[in-house]
Amino acid sequence: MTPALELAGLTKCFDRPAVDQLDLSIRAGEFHALLGPNGAGKTTTLRMVAGLLKPDAGAIRVFGIDALSEPVEAKRVIAWVSDEPMIYDKLTPFEYLEFVAGLWSIDAATAEVRARSLIDWLGLGPNAHERCQGFSKGMRQKVALAGALVHEPRLIILDEPLTGLDAGSARLVKDVLVERVRDGATVIMTTHILEVAERMAERIGVISNGRLIAEGTLEELRKRAGKGDHSLEDIFLDLVAEEAQESDAA
Amino acid sequence: MIAARPATLAWFARHEIALVWRDWLSMMTAGKRRREPLVALAVLVIVGLVHLLAYAVVAPAAQAGIAPDKATLALVTGSAFLSWTLMLSQAMESVTRAFYARADLDLILSSPASARRLFAIRIGAIALSTTALATLLAGPFVNMLAVLDGPRWLAAYGVLAAMGAVSAALAVALCVGLFRTLGPKRTRLAAQIAAAVVGAGFVIGIQAAAILYTGSFSRLSFLRSEAFVALMPDAASLLWGPARAAMGDLGALAAVLGGGLALLLAAIVVFSARFGEHVVAASGVAFDAGRRQRHRAGFRQASTRRALRRKEWMLLARDPWLVSQTLMQILYLLPPALLLWRYYGEETGMLLILVPVLVMAAGQLAGGLAWLAVSGEDAPDLVASAPIAARAIIRAKVEAVLAAIAVIVAPLLLALAFATPRLAAVAALGIALSASSATLVQIWFRAQAKRSSFRRRQVSSRMATLSEAFSSILWAGTAGLAAAGTWFAAFTAAAALLVLAATWAIRPRKAD
Repeated sequence: MTPALELAGLTKCFDRPAVDQLDLSIRAGEFHALLGPNGAGKTTTLRMVAGLLKPDAGAIRVFGIDALSEPVEAKRVIAWVSDEPMIYDKLTPFEYLEFVAGLWSIDAATAEVRARSLIDWLGLGPNAHERCQGFSKGMRQKVALAGALVHEPRLIILDEPLTGLDAGSARLVKDVLVERVRDGATVIMTTHILEVAERMAERIGVISNGRLIAEGTLEELRKRAGKGDHSLEDIFLDLVAEEAQESDAA
Repeated sequence: MIAARPATLAWFARHEIALVWRDWLSMMTAGKRRREPLVALAVLVIVGLVHLLAYAVVAPAAQAGIAPDKATLALVTGSAFLSWTLMLSQAMESVTRAFYARADLDLILSSPASARRLFAIRIGAIALSTTALATLLAGPFVNMLAVLDGPRWLAAYGVLAAMGAVSAALAVALCVGLFRTLGPKRTRLAAQIAAAVVGAGFVIGIQAAAILYTGSFSRLSFLRSEAFVALMPDAASLLWGPARAAMGDLGALAAVLGGGLALLLAAIVVFSARFGEHVVAASGVAFDAGRRQRHRAGFRQASTRRALRRKEWMLLARDPWLVSQTLMQILYLLPPALLLWRYYGEETGMLLILVPVLVMAAGQLAGGLAWLAVSGEDAPDLVASAPIAARAIIRAKVEAVLAAIAVIVAPLLLALAFATPRLAAVAALGIALSASSATLVQIWFRAQAKRSSFRRRQVSSRMATLSEAFSSILWAGTAGLAAAGTWFAAFTAAAALLVLAATWAIRPRKAD
């Protein structure tokens, strides 16, 4: 089966290497959590996958499509949701979804059915025709999420989507993502909330200093770290500390 | 620097001065300190050039000797009143921003420091900045008059200070009045529109009078006209107090300056206490539920480019700051429209003036709209992550901008086409070139910014601002010369293309 995402030797340097020869393969239909300390290169990696940054070297394949030589084709199946909701204050959620559907060239009738369903599902019904200015962070994130889902992407990339959300909104976002994975979509999510990754992700990747230092199921990570029934937090901190020591030694 | 006790007037004043100075410096140097000497040199050169220009304007009158007769007093008063309406407009903008900009207000208002003192200083700062801007523009003329006609003219600086004080006081009173009658939600847009109308109203009125009575576009020619002077009261009238003060009558100066400062002080005393309450009320608007929008039954089928264009138009139409900024530019098209009406049916002469005015206005308007569409994109990641080539995104945005310009200038062009099709064709071509050039410059110098930074779009690149202005001026010149039927138009067109080529060559290279 073609992987949802394959990264090979992905490299991006700013003042220093942000992503350094990163190799990663994510299976289709999987909920994958990408973890790492601040500045590890998670966001840079995902921005390159979403076509928002050009890598210095390496390859990106999305469902077998070369995202560097055929970016438009790759973008057709990807949705990108960042921690800062990408919405327009002067548009209503309904207008926003119409615009996003237009960007992805979705048939208007189909898009409208999906949009109405998403608006209801995310509890945006009472505000569907109000401009987004003044919406709370949670509502803005819901609008952005609805925008990401209205074109039914096969690969959903989320960068810290739960930051700043209240418990109810966070639960709703998590439920939506689980539902999408159940329907066959692939989700890649970065998060600093390790309990969320522990509970939701089928596989977990840990990035540090721009390199993938561990990847697998929670059990596989436990084995690799030699920590029987420890929590993901313990394993993560050990892995990162180990990597830091190796980097210092090198 | 002398240390002031925390939270006192002096302490707040020092804080404000430091912020304003750094803000100005950053605006002038684009945040690059190594540019400071270059900026200082550029300022000196510009000051020198403006003084030369002022010399050319005032020397003929000064050599003949300037007496405070009725005609001179009317001219000085009319010119000062024109400047004052612009100062009032600027002060209203500043007061509105003080109400609605959050910046450091959350910090200060949540502290135990006296908000009244802060706002007293901020009202004073508005008066100072308004005076400073007027001084920058009028200073060279005052200096040249002082050199050529005697130092008595230096008293005009006192009149400028009084004008700044009165405009700040009146602006605060007007905005607070609007706030109390319309509430925080509507005041922002109403104040912006009022500022635009105040700023343009008198200028346009005088220009309209000039067109109707003297057949000229020049405001000064109207203020100098015998008909205008005859309507004015005699030289002993109190109306001429500010003009007499500007011309060195120390008694009048004391009265004008004293009156202005007293008015400012009264505004500070009366309004600074309530200012904080209004700011808090205005901040509530940001957290208020969004405005309900009339909605259509369903989604409209759209290609990607069409969706982008439609989005740009919706955002432009719903942007209150843009509405007020654009309103001012559109209001300035009224005198040309009047000119068209007055001289309808004439091929040459006055109608020729319309062509460069329209071309210039279109270039400036296009620059602003292009900045909003290209640099002021609120969701750049969303658009960039969509399955559409970057070139197609830019193309759709350019189409949106140019279509908006076409809608704005179409009525005038159409009317001109009925009067003189040749001039209309030249104007249309000039408008297309000028608007496209300004849009191109904005694309080459695009830098992601908040839409709300529209007023300060020049900050991102002075080179883009200069290039946009020069290309608009040169295309306006080209269109004017072409309309007059001279081949000199080819030279200005070549110069405009040269400016564009130079701008393209120095455009920042985008790094991913």
